Amino acid sequence: MLDHVYARVQLAGLSLPISKHLVMMWIVGAGLIIILPWIFRSRLPGMNLARTAVETLVLFVRDGMLAPTLGEHGKKYTPYFCTLFFFILFMNLLGLVPYGATATGNIAVTAALSLCTFLLINLSGVAEHGVVGYLKSFVPHGVPGWMAPFLFPIEVIGLLAKTFALCVRLFANMIGGHIVLLSLTTMIFIFSDINFYAGVFGAIPVEVPMALFISLLEVFVAALQAYIFTFLTAIFTGAALHPH
Amino acid sequence: MSETMYIGIGYLGAGIGAGLVILGAGLGIGKIGGSAVEGIARQPEAGGDIRTTMIIAAALIEGLAFFALIICLLALMNFSKPAVAAPGNAPVAAAEQAH
Repeated sequence: MLDHVYARVQLAGLSLPISKHLVMMWIVGAGLIIILPWIFRSRLPGMNLARTAVETLVLFVRDGMLAPTLGEHGKKYTPYFCTLFFFILFMNLLGLVPYGATATGNIAVTAALSLCTFLLINLSGVAEHGVVGYLKSFVPHGVPGWMAPFLFPIEVIGLLAKTFALCVRLFANMIGGHIVLLSLTTMIFIFSDINFYAGVFGAIPVEVPMALFISLLEVFVAALQAYIFTFLTAIFTGAALHPH
Repeated sequence: MSETMYIGIGYLGAGIGAGLVILGAGLGIGKIGGSAVEGIARQPEAGGDIRTTMIIAAALIEGLAFFALIICLLALMNFSKPAVAAPGNAPVAAAEQAH
């Protein structure tokens, strides 16, 4: 849950820390860059299962998330959304294995991801409508002229709030699960301080199955939060591309 | 205000706040779950669409509940508490005494 710093790299006058969350991000990045293409292009017969699994997820992202929100020509955004989905999914899941840490449990990581979403929304809107057209699309059609100066700041604040909400939602979901797990496990030690036998025979039979159940819930929440982040990014990008 | 007073009020605020947040989030998500089940009961062939919409709406409400959780954690850890008087903090201690 905490970010342990392993070493520091001196780069251009800054002392950059190499921490556990960063190493986890590197592991997931290396996994995505090296393992996924190897799964696609391998001719081994045993790889068919893995290839089908990855293909199912990619088609789910493209047809389930991009087609309803971005329309048919939005399918050219599939690489970015697939990267986002797989990156967040594997970072979330890596926090559940022993000696692993949840990199998305660091608010800097989720803030960077939501900044990427912010850039995507604005840049795709500007690429589609031009700068003036994109700024004009903030105020919907059919609004009386005197209301436009009031609606424009509200829409801008809404965009910033949506980005901030994406960041905090992912971060809090991931770190909340781990905090609950930590509290349940610490209950054993608290009870053992009062009375050793109350701790061993009273707390452990209750807390350990509870921790197991919370861990299973964490697996579901990991997949769900990756899906929600990607789907909301798709919705906001669709709203920027086709403002009805 | 002494150190324990800060800690105590922090715990009090965090506890009451978390309870209220759970009330609101539980009511909201329960309402969505109820309507979703009713909708699926009326029209079983729309089950997949309704299920997807329900999960998205529930995740949005849960996101708001987690905002409040973060605020409760900030209150718990006294993040905006002024520095406690220490031998090297004479001006800070003087400002604190003046309150």
